[in-house]
This record gives sequence, C-alpha cells and structure tokens, in this order.
Amino acid sequence: MDGPRKYPFCEIDQEECKGCGLCVNACPAKVLEISSHLNSRGFHPSSYKGSGCLGCGTCFYSCPEPGAITVYLKDYVPEGV
Amino acid sequence: MKGAVLRKPGGFNDIYKHKPGADKDRTHYCPGCGHGILHKLIAEALEDLEITDRTIVISPVGCSVFAYYYFNTGNLQVPHGRAPAVATSVSRANPGSVVISYQGDGDLAAIGGNHILQAANRGENITVFFVNNAIYGMTGGQMAPTTLEGMKTTTTPYGRNPATDGYPMKVAEMLNSLYAPTFIARTSLHDIANIRKTRAAVRKALQYNMEKKGFSIVEVLSMCPSNWKLGAVESQNWIRDHMLEVYPLGTLRDRGAEVAPRVRPRPELDPARVRETLGLGEGSGVKLERPKETPVYPNPSVRIAGFGGQGVLSAGVVLANLGLEYGYNVSWLPSYGPEMRGGTANCSVKIQDGTIGDTEATKPHVLIALNRPSMEKFEPIVASGGTLIYNSTLIDVTPSRKDIRVLAVPITGLADELGNTKVQSMVAAGAFAAATGLFALDDIIRLLPSLYSGEAIVKLNEKAVKAGFDFVRGIKS
Repeated sequence: MDGPRKYPFCEIDQEECKGCGLCVNACPAKVLEISSHLNSRGFHPSSYKGSGCLGCGTCFYSCPEPGAITVYLKDYVPEGV
Repeated sequence: MKGAVLRKPGGFNDIYKHKPGADKDRTHYCPGCGHGILHKLIAEALEDLEITDRTIVISPVGCSVFAYYYFNTGNLQVPHGRAPAVATSVSRANPGSVVISYQGDGDLAAIGGNHILQAANRGENITVFFVNNAIYGMTGGQMAPTTLEGMKTTTTPYGRNPATDGYPMKVAEMLNSLYAPTFIARTSLHDIANIRKTRAAVRKALQYNMEKKGFSIVEVLSMCPSNWKLGAVESQNWIRDHMLEVYPLGTLRDRGAEVAPRVRPRPELDPARVRETLGLGEGSGVKLERPKETPVYPNPSVRIAGFGGQGVLSAGVVLANLGLEYGYNVSWLPSYGPEMRGGTANCSVKIQDGTIGDTEATKPHVLIALNRPSMEKFEPIVASGGTLIYNSTLIDVTPSRKDIRVLAVPITGLADELGNTKVQSMVAAGAFAAATGLFALDDIIRLLPSLYSGEAIVKLNEKAVKAGFDFVRGIKS
C-alpha cells in the first residue's frame, strides 16, 4: 500500500487468512474481496479494496482467525505521529 | 468496542508454540469454523476484563481439544465430557481464578451429559461455553445429541429419525429446569448482529464468574462447514434457516443482579476427628522407637514393581504402615493396569521426616524389582548410590548399573519354600528392612497382628519377613 493511509482502514494478513469469505459477505460497505492470488497455504485470501472502510469492525468479529484481520478505526493515530 | 484499533486480542498467545509443525501463527480450525470466532470473543473479553492471567481454560475432547494452543491462560485438557468436573475442582482449589469450561455438543451433551447437569445443579462458580453445531466435528460428522431431525450425518445417512435416534437435545432449556444456575443464554454466530450478542453474553458470563456469582453457560450455535458440507457463508445461512427454529435464541435466565457472591466454606480438617470417624482410635496401639542403627537412607523413597498379584502394592502398604508407626510422614502411590492379576503394577513409597511433596518416587533410593520387565524399566531411575533388590527367582539377568548396590534375593523362592507365594510382599518387606536398617525385624513382627488377622496367617507372614531379612543379612556378612 503506497502513500499515506486513510483511516478507518482494514488490513488482512494474507498468510493467516483461510479465504472462508465470511468477512467479504459480512462487510456492509462491500470493500473486501477474495483475491485471485493464492497464499502459501493454498487459500485465496480476502483483501481490502483500498478505500471505503467504515471502521465498523464487522469483518474483525466475523473472522474466525485470531489475527487475520486488523481494523484501524477512525481515531487511530499511528505511532510516531 | 475498545481502543482505536481492533487487532488480535491479548487473551491469545502471540505465537502458538505448543502447536506442532511449522504453522504456529494460524489456528488448526477449518476455514469458516465458528470456534475461531468464539475464541476471539473470549480472548477479547479476557483482555478487556483483565483476567487473562488468572483464567484457567479447560478444553474438552472435540475440535477445540487444542484450545490450549491459543489461549494465553492456564490450560487443562481433560478426558471426554469431564471438563465440568475438572472445572469444579480447579475452581474450588483456586477460588481466585476464573474457570472456563469450553465444550462441544458431543462432549457436553452426550458423554458428558451427567457432568454438566451435576456441575450446573451445584451452581459451581464456572463459566461454560457450549458450542452447538449439531454434529460431531473432530471425528468426522457423526450424529450428536443436538443433530436436527432429518439431518444427514455419517451415522444417520437417511437423516435423523426420532423413531430410532431421538430428538435434538435442548441443553439450555434442560439446564434452565435446575434451580442453581445464574446465567443461561443461547446465542448464535450466523451474522454480525448475533455475533455481537454472543460477545455481550460472553462478557456477562465472565463478569458473573469474576463476581463469584455461580454457574453461567452460553450455548453458541456455530458453523461446521466441513461436516455440513457447505461453504462458510452457506453455513451461517443454514443456522438461520434450520437451527434457529429448533434452538431459539435469547437469555433464558439472568439472576446475576439478585444472586449474592457464593463463598464456599473452607474445609476444616481436624486429625483427631478424622481418626475418631474412621474408628482408628490412637492408631494400632504400637508406638515404636526407631532402631539404634543409622539407616542407610534417612528419608528413603522406594519403588516396588512387578506383576500384578505378586504383592507389589501390599508390600508398599506394609512399608508405609511401618513408617507411620515410627512416626515418619509417609505416602503410598499405586500404579497399575485394569487387571487384578497379571499385567504390571508398581508403587511409590516415601518415608520422610519432613513434608512429602511429590508422591511419585522418580529417583528411588531403593528399588524392589519382582520381575524382569520391572527391573529393566526402573533400574535406570534408581538414584546413584541407591539399592536394587531384585527377585533372583524370576529374573535371569543381572543388573548392569555399577553405581548402585545390588542385592539378589530369591523372593518368590523364599515364599514358595514357606508354602505360599502370596507372602512375597512380606519377604520383600523383610529384605528392605535388612538392606536399609530403617525397620527392626522385631518391630515388624510385633506389628503383624495389626496388619493381618488369623494366627496362622500372622505366623506365616512372620516367617516370610524373617526369611527376607535373614537372607539379606546373610549376603552382607
């Protein structure tokens, strides 16, 4: 991801994701998609389209993988800023 | 919602170091499995309630058997269906801890059905998270007590037929018939609104646990895409379309506000009352002075091993009883298979002046080996400088250790000469006394009437003790 991030923002660990699609289905803004690429485990991981995240946390709570999804909310301030 | 970022909750381990293989950063669950979501809700609550370091998660048998890979808590994995029983003991032994029993439907409602009923009925201060996915997951999709009518599983290939298979078991309703439970809720993971309701129920249940308000259970309807043979999203829809009708959601009971914290009375142990209750009076009546000679091992730990039926365990009991009469603290820890005769058996005996912690003799000062497999198994663990008494009647090899004292005693043969191989245990006890100097022969003989009844039996055992004792003293001279 190039350039400054806009918050809210959703980040999906491409290796931990198992591609089940629950987050894609649940996202109210429809800003997630299943990738065409495979990860090292043979899954097509979910990924963020790059804009439009509402920061609602729906994907985070829908995801069965503990660390696959991280959601930076609207008021998030990155370290060092 | 907390903080400005939603990320892997602190109730999880960073890396799943106990998970075998290279995949230590991902769960073992199938894609779309409900366990992961519930794990996340629990781990988040543990972090937010700041109880991670005093929580103990009891994991069951089922797909969540490996919950201990993930939660950064104390963990116990227990036999099938027994999580509420273990949770009971953990909670009572550590009243300051938060104890979670995490169970699936096969575990909780089938094999463990009675355990959950009794724990709930006692109002144990534990929280149960009950994953209901209407199927046995780990074992490959067999019918569970919670399987829906008409639902196809590997054991109900034509669909569950109530005429032969019974009806779906409604655990939350069943437990709601009991007086003691504080909080009973059924929630679901089939969409975000219900996931958030599950999140709230998880927090409430844990909050009551922290407040010592007794038994709480959250039944969670959860997806099993692999065994339902559906995709992850289809599985959520299947819950909505099929399970909700049978398993209505909601809080069945919430008495948290009205229940006072449960304080269990501390058990009191008055040794005098115990003796009185057991009819022990003042002991056997024999108070023994310890032998004048200094024992070879002042606080010995002993291992006795052999075939079941050789008197292995009773030899240990005799040594422990003798120790008691001399005023030592003693312990006796038997280990044996399911057979009464044959098989192998061993026991650990500790005879000490101080407090005994571990009751297993992991580095025994004395090993009494009554058969060859036992000698081969336990010879390596004898403490350096220790003593190995082996039954030379049955063991046709000699021990190889050079740093221990080895005494070949024909224990079975000596007993056989007396006309009864059952007295091997007393021959062994006599050999032990002679080898260690811990017990005097006369004292053992004086004690025999309190251990055995019948003059002939006492006399026979007296001869056996003497035979073992004299044989070892004969070796020494």
